[in-house]
Amino acid sequence: MDTFLQQIINGLTLGSLYAIVALGYTMVYGIIQLINFAHGEVVMFGAMITLSVISAAAGSGLPPAAMILMGVAVAIPACMALGYLLERAAYRPLRKAPRLAPLITAIGMSIVLQQIALMIWSRNILSFPQILPVTLYEVAGASVSSLQIIIIGLCLVMMTGLAWIVYGSRLGTAMRATAENPEIARLMGVDVDRVIAMTFIIGAGLAAVAGLMVGIYYGLAHYTMGATLGLKAFSAAVLGGIGNIPGAMVGGILLGLVEALGAGYIGELTDLCGYSTLNFLFQSRCADGGNLVLFGSNYQDVFAFVVLILVLVFRPSGLLGERVADRA
Amino acid sequence: MSQANKYYSGLAVLILSLLVLPFALSAAGTAWVRITNLAILFVFLSLGLNIVVGFAGLLDLGYVAFYAVGAYVYALLASPHFGLHLPFWMILPIGAGLAALFGVLLGTPTLKLRGDYLAIVTLGFGEIVRIFLNNLSQPINITNGPRGITLIDPVRLGSISFGRSDQFFGLVLSGPMKYYYLLLLLLSLVIVVNLRLQNSRIGRAWEAIREDEMAARAIGINTTRIKLLAFAMGASFGGVAGGMFSAIQGFISPESFVLTESVMILSMVVLGGMGNIWGVVAGAVLLSFVPEMLRYTVVPLQMTLFSRIVIEPEVIRLLLFGLALVLMMRFRPAGLWPLRARQREFHKQAAIK
Repeated sequence: MDTFLQQIINGLTLGSLYAIVALGYTMVYGIIQLINFAHGEVVMFGAMITLSVISAAAGSGLPPAAMILMGVAVAIPACMALGYLLERAAYRPLRKAPRLAPLITAIGMSIVLQQIALMIWSRNILSFPQILPVTLYEVAGASVSSLQIIIIGLCLVMMTGLAWIVYGSRLGTAMRATAENPEIARLMGVDVDRVIAMTFIIGAGLAAVAGLMVGIYYGLAHYTMGATLGLKAFSAAVLGGIGNIPGAMVGGILLGLVEALGAGYIGELTDLCGYSTLNFLFQSRCADGGNLVLFGSNYQDVFAFVVLILVLVFRPSGLLGERVADRA
Repeated sequence: MSQANKYYSGLAVLILSLLVLPFALSAAGTAWVRITNLAILFVFLSLGLNIVVGFAGLLDLGYVAFYAVGAYVYALLASPHFGLHLPFWMILPIGAGLAALFGVLLGTPTLKLRGDYLAIVTLGFGEIVRIFLNNLSQPINITNGPRGITLIDPVRLGSISFGRSDQFFGLVLSGPMKYYYLLLLLLSLVIVVNLRLQNSRIGRAWEAIREDEMAARAIGINTTRIKLLAFAMGASFGGVAGGMFSAIQGFISPESFVLTESVMILSMVVLGGMGNIWGVVAGAVLLSFVPEMLRYTVVPLQMTLFSRIVIEPEVIRLLLFGLALVLMMRFRPAGLWPLRARQREFHKQAAIK
């Protein structure tokens, strides 16, 4: 019971992080049908920049919250500028090209950004200074850390804010109109180029905060951290229905739960000694409480890809999406 | 001289220079022969990926998985790990076959998908294969996990081992030089197969699918079978290349089969021009050698300028691959040596939209 609750809590934390990154993918995809492969790298830059700022400020005796705020204050504009630059320099010139062209460009940009990060921050795994005091709370046999509560809370706030921008503001109306049909939106007086640029900028801002939170949560940052994270967040976006903003939130949280529960239980489920009908086959191995685990929790990274493939094959429009995926 | 005569004499010069190349290279150091061998393997891989991406127009980002399958098949069947030591001419077909099977395995569920979705699923597939290679050391040790497999047998033909030097008719042939000739032989075979494929019924069916899948189906092409065939064929080339990689290196680990490797192969195909066999060959040769030459020029240059290494050669190499993708898509999407049909395709679509 306590493993279950514990994994639910871990899954919710992980899932809300995925959701924030997934929003960046889904907003861009919804508006220009591009998988912005380099989005994961923007997250990585967010983590790296805050890490640099916090490390630089670590000796100054400022309160931890102020240091983190300083990090955020540098990372968000920097990542926004990076997102804008990506759109402006790499994707905008290709907007009328066949669809594979911007995708290949995005893959290239992701490699380039990784190498730039490597040059700036070296190829070592960097550790975040432990500046936030972490308190553990006991809830029904499971433990929740103050950090997890902050992450989940902050993600909820950001999602609400984004929902307000998209569904409540003038810019959001323009974004939705552009996603629906850019040509008609242009005729209606929407500055399509500006709207697309703003989409990239907002997504990159969210990515910066996500990067900071991932870095603090795991205590680590590395120049390749964006690749896997980005891919998982993309899977989450597809799970919820790509292009669909509530879908990305639901998909992110669901994927986090699947991963956490999967990692928590796969060892037990694939322990062949746990099945009495099979026991006679492996008597020598299983004697004295031995086990024969086929897949351990080190397969955690596989779940996201399996979910991605299953969704794309059986329900390409995702859980909440009504768009047809096959529009190539 | 007549046209045909000119063609054949040109071909003769090319073959002759390729035959003496390793002797010239080994004068500069055996390292260059090894680099050439790896370049040939990359040409191999690029030609395999070109079948999927160039001919059939299916963007595959998990191509390195098939390379890994071939490499591990060779490593497991010819190393002390399982105590098996099969000859290479038996293993290479097994590796090719198994890789082709993996190709079909990947192709079947993804047939419905097109474009970017396919790219992501293939990428996920490549990652899954790598994660399995990393973890299949438990509960039964199959792949030996991240430590990889060592002491892989070199290629042996009768009493000739490719792992050491031998003398033939007064000529000393080092191990890498022997591999060079073997690879060259295999490569010419692959190029001939590719050239024959391109204008065959199958090749034209691939082209039709690439241009318009719906129309291809309407004129009676069995798109399911033809697409699977592209996956299987491309994969089998990857499998053979993987087997040779194992034999040449003598050591493999999951480290060699990461996503960046797939992207590198893709850059070679894109640089040369998707679908154009000679373009792809040129692209792969260029992107294999230029980084190596940079390695030998940039490092000393940095040492003299800053007296330390500011940018590592490996970083330059990957930057080059990334920039190649970005700049090619921006300025010459059909490649440096574009196929005429492909060029039309890119320009036509640009004009319509």
